[in-house]
Amino acid sequence: MKFGVIVFPGSSGDLDAYHLVKDILGAPVEYIWHEERSVQGFDCLLLPGGSSYGNYLRGGALARYSPVVSAVVDFAHQGGLVLGIANGFQVLTEAGLLPGTLYTNTDTRFRCHFTTLRVENTETPFTRNLDRKQLLSIPIAHDEGNYYVDAATLQKLEANGQIVFRYADQNGQTTEEANPNGSVSNIAGVCNETRNVLGMMPHPERAGEAVLGSTDGLTIFKSIIKYWEGRQ
Amino acid sequence: MWRAEIKVLLKPSILDPQGQAAEKTLAAMGYAEVDQVRVGKYLEVTFSAPDRAAAEAKVQELCTRLLVNTVIEDYTFTLVEVAS
Repeated sequence: MKFGVIVFPGSSGDLDAYHLVKDILGAPVEYIWHEERSVQGFDCLLLPGGSSYGNYLRGGALARYSPVVSAVVDFAHQGGLVLGIANGFQVLTEAGLLPGTLYTNTDTRFRCHFTTLRVENTETPFTRNLDRKQLLSIPIAHDEGNYYVDAATLQKLEANGQIVFRYADQNGQTTEEANPNGSVSNIAGVCNETRNVLGMMPHPERAGEAVLGSTDGLTIFKSIIKYWEGRQ
Repeated sequence: MWRAEIKVLLKPSILDPQGQAAEKTLAAMGYAEVDQVRVGKYLEVTFSAPDRAAAEAKVQELCTRLLVNTVIEDYTFTLVEVAS
């Protein structure tokens, strides 16, 4: 299975994602420049963190209209696996592949630290190796990660099982203190209705080696590979 | 040519962290009379359109497709005819 890492001007998590897939997982991976119009030959696309196009106007707003994102949208509509991390998550909401939006953290600060995520849904290609309510230690690094959806959409997400990760404390409780950015209902990651597109603010690609403090992010990538192999 | 003067503000129902931070600082500075601060954006777009109705429709298109995140933001605009 071949991974593609989308690179926008201003991406910074692209090297981390590439490194994890190539050096830790040992899977084939290539960078895909934002001017590319085709993503043919790839099985899973990673939209990395960073500040695409300087995050001018809004995070992800300009990247959404880059040529490669049109190809990503088509790929997703055909069932292709897409994982958007942090700024990549913002691009996916701007592109309409995921519901809601992300804006300024309630404390207006850039938050850069480990968070505890509670796995809410294991019936996705990204979480099938995980247990429901399992806790993962995965870092965040953002100042615009405050996830918002209106009440009606939140109900729909709950009913459809589209909430994949929530910020929790060490006991698995989704407390206000465990919520680093003010996200509605402690939401850290959501998927689309068909569950082939996942967006998350925390950085699993930065939690793949013990030397970095956690290997919990690896389980997400291993789930993707297991899912893909099961389909072949 | 037309110039659209566009104001973008978070919807009233959306918490405004930047506005709250500015509000708290004004209070700390002694401005007890300040009730609320909301922080938004102001944009000017100059463009051509055959008439005012077409210009208004164009501004709405530009706003909803790119300039405004309608999930959390509202916008208002005024149109000024300018020499081309």
